[in-house]
Formats: sequence, structure tokens, C-alpha cells
Amino acid sequence: MEWLPSAELSVLTARAAMARRVRQFFLERDILEVEVPQLDLFANTDPNMTTITASCDGRPVYLQTSPEYCMKRLLARDKISIYSLAKAFRDGEISARHNPEFTMLEWYRVGLDWYQLMQEVAELVSDAVSIKKILPAATFTSYGEVFAEYLAVNPHIISDAELLAFTHARIETGHQDLTRVECLDLLFSYFIEPHLGTDGVDFVYDYPACMAALAVVEIDDNGHAVARRFEAFIFGRELANGYQELTDAEEQAERFAADEALRLAKKLPLYQGDPRLIAALKHGLPICSGVALGFDRMLMAALDVDNIEQVLAFPYRPQ
Amino acid sequence: MANYSTNEFKSGLKVLLDGEPCAILENEYVKPGKGQAFNRVKLRNLNTGRQWERTFRSGESLEGADVMDIDMEYLYTDGDFYYFMEPSTFEQHQADAKAVGDTVKWLKEQDVCVVTLFNGVPLSVTPPNFVELEIVETDPGVRGDTATGGTKPARCTTGAVIRVPLFIDNGEVIKVDTRSGEYVSRVKQ
Repeated sequence: MEWLPSAELSVLTARAAMARRVRQFFLERDILEVEVPQLDLFANTDPNMTTITASCDGRPVYLQTSPEYCMKRLLARDKISIYSLAKAFRDGEISARHNPEFTMLEWYRVGLDWYQLMQEVAELVSDAVSIKKILPAATFTSYGEVFAEYLAVNPHIISDAELLAFTHARIETGHQDLTRVECLDLLFSYFIEPHLGTDGVDFVYDYPACMAALAVVEIDDNGHAVARRFEAFIFGRELANGYQELTDAEEQAERFAADEALRLAKKLPLYQGDPRLIAALKHGLPICSGVALGFDRMLMAALDVDNIEQVLAFPYRPQ
Repeated sequence: MANYSTNEFKSGLKVLLDGEPCAILENEYVKPGKGQAFNRVKLRNLNTGRQWERTFRSGESLEGADVMDIDMEYLYTDGDFYYFMEPSTFEQHQADAKAVGDTVKWLKEQDVCVVTLFNGVPLSVTPPNFVELEIVETDPGVRGDTATGGTKPARCTTGAVIRVPLFIDNGEVIKVDTRSGEYVSRVKQ
């Protein structure tokens, strides 16, 4: 019977030091730490996310995939910047860089736009990782620029048919029905992401409008509709995902409906979108930007380890 | 056969892909930030021996392939087929030249090979790691020369040509590593 912890004591010490450092970072900026439920009544409707269902008091309840909804309800009432450093759960996500239970650092900044928040993420990562090493300065490149650099393609204007052919020529799948977003995600994951963050943190921003999720969409200097959204990469791994948050309740309700339609088409379990989030947005979310960051991956980067099992005391690994 | 979902794609699992029997070599979970999860899978096509990389949407499934590796004793060839026998049941299987492939040069009667069956028919034959073969054709041995490290070609009863040390003579039996095709040692008769 294997009972021994996975991460070494020295790693657990570094983990605790990094968590202290992160809390200090927010304390210095007068950002309030909040705790929100990890066990809640509504599941994530995102068709690309699988929520773990539990049972409480005789009814199904859900382990939260992120603290987003509850944090937005706090934002709607209190209108101050907040952060949460806590566990989140995602079913089926098991790999060298995934554990179904992981530690997520999520924060919302009232009055900061996505670009300012991106700078703050760079500062936080540099500060947190400094428990072990000094990172070179972060770089900031648009989604269009990284595609041009690594694949010589303009992801904003290439037609759906050309993009599909381009993807099939490079990645073999049995799917003739890959969507535009799937093609872009695959090309990015296979040919761009491995090159990012090899030397410090690399940020990619201004995603194509079709990948907006809940980010604000605007027209950039080149006339392309772009989502005001960014991702941070370190050692070829995604580290953080940030948005200029959409604050429109109707848009959110439409998004829930769109998720349901996609779930129906994919024969996935159907969930009601959390009505309390819609109500909070109707009440009014302050202009803010928000970001979610994988704390375990940030620790992996600080310690130069490439398997998440090395930074978790007890990773989830069924035999 | 059962179906296997991408999260069950473990190394060694045998599946059918486009009708071809394949063994899973690697399975990498790819999850873009906000997008559909994929599995980037490396397989070996057991029919052609070629490596294959294929990307699946996570949760997709493939039918298992009825592929079994069985230890069998090589009996003989009639020129067209090669005959193998399961020692426990005495059941005989005939493999064609394609299934035997390059292994033919290591096939010695009564040696035990691993025969891979697909739907009950031999798909490939893996020789033992080491075989003992008799030399039938080589330049005369140089007596006493065990130190210079020189080698010469030698043909074995099975047709395999191997580089052997200069002191080896016709009629001698040598041990060969079939994975590298290299001489290992002389076998004392």
C-alpha cells in the first residue's frame, strides 16, 4: 500500500512560502482575501468543463470549477477588489500538468482594465517565483503576432475553410467537423504554446472575437474584432487566463442558453445556469478585470519541475 | 470487443483505428485554456509497424482490437507459409511471409517466438531476444586471434549474415541478439 506523500518536504516548504508571498502581495495593494463555497448548488455550464457532482442533504451539489460566480456576486454588492486562493475541481483533468483538484488563485480588480491587470499578473508571478529564482522580464505579444511568427497565418482573417485545411495538413484527426475555435486551439497548443515562457512569462492577448468567452470585444488598431482577454504562459504551459469582464446580465443569460444548446448537441448533462449570478449582474457589476492563475503551475515553474505530482502532497492518481 | 474512451488509452492498449489494429504508445491530454479538450495519441499500426499520431476529442472512444500475443513454437515452413504451434494446446497457426517479415532470418525450428494474433490470424512474429545459430559459410577461422577485435561476415543456417570475430569457424554455433542483429558469444557444444 503506497501511503507516502508525493511532494518532498522542501517542496511543501516552498509551497507555503509562495502562498505567504502571494497573500503579502495582495495585502500591500489593499486587496481583500475572500473565501467562497467550493460546494455549491449550481454546476458550470461550460460545455468544455466537467463539474464533479457530490451529494449533500439528499440533493446533488457541485464542486466548483472556479470561484468566479460567487466572487462576482461579492463584486456586485461590495464593488471592491478581491482575491481567492483556494481549491477548485475539474473532472477528468489528469495529466503531467493537471490534477482534478488544484489550487487556483483568482482575483478581480475594480477600475483596472485588462492591460493594467496583465501588468499586475506579471508583477505577481515575478514576486511569487522570487522565493526560488529571478525571472527575466515578461513579454507581451498579441494572438495575431504569435500566429504570424510561428505559423505565418493571420488568425483573424483566414477563412473557416482555409483554416480547416491548414489544420488538417498539420494535425491528423478523424474529425472533418472541427470548429474554427477548435482549429485555432489545436494549432496554438501544438505549434505555439511549447515555445512560450521558455524564458520568463510570456503573455498573449487580443484573442479572436470567436474566442471571447466572457471578455469584452473591441476593434483593435488593425481593424480586427478582438476579445480583451489574455493568457500567460510559463515553460510552455498555460499559467493564467484574464479578461476585461463583461458586465452585461443579458449577455450572461444568452451565454448560459448557448452553453445549454451546445451541451444538448454534445449529449452532455444539462445544468441550469446559476440564476443568482444573473441577478447579481442585473444589480450591476463594477467595471473590472479578472484573472485566474494556476498556483500549482506557478510553483512548478519556480522549482523547475515538470510534473504536477511533484508539487502536490497527495495527487489524485487512481491505479 | 469493448469500446475504450480516451481516458482509458493506456500504453499497450490495442484498439482499432480506421480498421487497422494499433497499440497505444503515448496519450497526452491537451486542454486549451477555455476550449475543447483533446487527446494527442501516438499509436503503432500493428499491421504496418508504422508509428501514427492522431488527435481525438476527449471522451471519444475506439473499439478494442482482438489482438493477442502468444508464445508459440516455430515448427517449419512449406515455402509459402510458416507454421507455429501453441505448446499448451498443440493448436497450429500458419503465418504468411508478410506476418513473419524480417523475423524470417532468425526462425529456427523449435524456438519459441511471440506470435501476435489479430482476429485469430497471425499479424506479426517477434523472435526470442537471443537465438543460437550454426555458421554455414565464413572465411576460415584465424586460430588464437581473440584479441585484435576484427570481424568478418558469416552466414547462418537461417540465412542471416552476422559480423563475427575472426576466430569463428564454419560449423560453430553462436549466440546472436536479434534486437541489434549482433554477435554475442560462441556457444560451447
